[in-house]
Amino acid sequence: MDAFDLNAPLVFSVTTLNNYLRELLETDEVLQDLWVRGEISNFSQPRSGHLYFTLKDSEAQIRCVMWKNSALRLRFSPADGMQVEAHGAMSVYPAQGQVQLYLDALRPAGEGALYQEFLRLKARLEAEGLFDAARKRPLPSLPRHIGVLTSATGAALQDILHTLSRRLPILRVTVAPSPVQGIEAPPGIITALRQLNQIPDLDLIILARGGGSIEDLWAFNDENVARAIFNSRVPVISGVGHETDFTIADFVADLRAPTPTAAAELATPVTAQELSLSVRAASEELNTRLANLLNSARQSLALAQAELRRGSPRAAVQNALQRLDELHARLERLMRAQLEARKIHLDNSLRHLSALSPQAVLQRGYAIVTDQLSGALISRAAQTRPGQALQLQLQDGLISAQVSATPTGVPNHANRP
Amino acid sequence: MPTDPETQPSFEAAFAQLQSIIAKLEEAELPLEEALRLYEEGKRLTAICAGILDNAQLRVSALNDADTNAVQPDGERE
Repeated sequence: MDAFDLNAPLVFSVTTLNNYLRELLETDEVLQDLWVRGEISNFSQPRSGHLYFTLKDSEAQIRCVMWKNSALRLRFSPADGMQVEAHGAMSVYPAQGQVQLYLDALRPAGEGALYQEFLRLKARLEAEGLFDAARKRPLPSLPRHIGVLTSATGAALQDILHTLSRRLPILRVTVAPSPVQGIEAPPGIITALRQLNQIPDLDLIILARGGGSIEDLWAFNDENVARAIFNSRVPVISGVGHETDFTIADFVADLRAPTPTAAAELATPVTAQELSLSVRAASEELNTRLANLLNSARQSLALAQAELRRGSPRAAVQNALQRLDELHARLERLMRAQLEARKIHLDNSLRHLSALSPQAVLQRGYAIVTDQLSGALISRAAQTRPGQALQLQLQDGLISAQVSATPTGVPNHANRP
Repeated sequence: MPTDPETQPSFEAAFAQLQSIIAKLEEAELPLEEALRLYEEGKRLTAICAGILDNAQLRVSALNDADTNAVQPDGERE
């Protein structure tokens, strides 16, 4: 019988082969727990969150897979060209007959590798002008609405909110939560930046993360994050890590703060307390200005009153009254002088008159002769007759006399014996 | 009492108005009646500004978490 040939070759199905191979690989102690060093290429991270890439060196390459749950624990963002050390187990992907490394850990290769990567990216972006001082935007001195981009659960958020609340509680704050470490951080930060930029009245964005290892901060050294900061319409203050940490994000940001708390302080250069002082000063200024206005109004009023007084009839009346007083006084003076003059004249006249009076004549030795009986004045001899009783008035009294002769009455006189 | 952002003028607006009133009060030609009216308005704004500062409480809101999670890593990368 030649139906059964012991020397005939064994023929596997493809599935059997792949299964056999897988069993072989998965039972090898070395291949199930190994570290491989190489450069990442063909990196991809689909929506599923799993990572796919090729590790290579100058001679060879091998496919690598990292499932999402491991990828979430990564503290940096893998990218093409990056030198890494990968840990995992070898197996076969039967559907494609692909021998590949299933990774559970990934780290930048060698000491300083991340730093070298950092320096390369920094030099490139700097040359491109992303760090130019000339393009840094001035920050508002009194922001009204601030966006805070950080982890929703981190201490940085509480530090920032506490600081903003203490310094300028009139602020509005919009928190844009995003993972700030691991592979999800860069796309999260970029999306949050984009969302914040859609808020029309947003004045400022604080991009912050608390302290951590250089790997923890790696999202802030991501090139796409750097470009998103550069393209942000709203100015960005970075506050990442501690004082000594400098990330690419710090260089691109419009202002770099050493810590999240410091970022909140720099975001509010003017505090509510200072605003209160300004309000008080404004209030005093208001009082001063009004007082000045009232004073000058009072002065104007005083001037106007003086002016009014000068032109008023009251002044004219007062002037007229004064003039009247003067005239009156002058009149009195004149009257007195006139009276005085008249009096003197009168005295003279009286003296003159008295010189003419009969009495004065009598004093000079003349006598007034009257008929004693009739009292008639005798001024001519012809009025007399002998024997007639006469009365002679002398200066000091009356005497009686009798006419003894008259020029015409001599006979009478002769009649006498 | 916290200020109501809907009805209350913002501090900045009120303070800017206050400062423009102070500037106006410096004009020599200002009629006294107008000056007194401006002064009253200034006093009112001073009280508003002080009230806003005294009663202010940080108003914090967050972007929708669902939006933040709807990150499309592929879309963000080149």
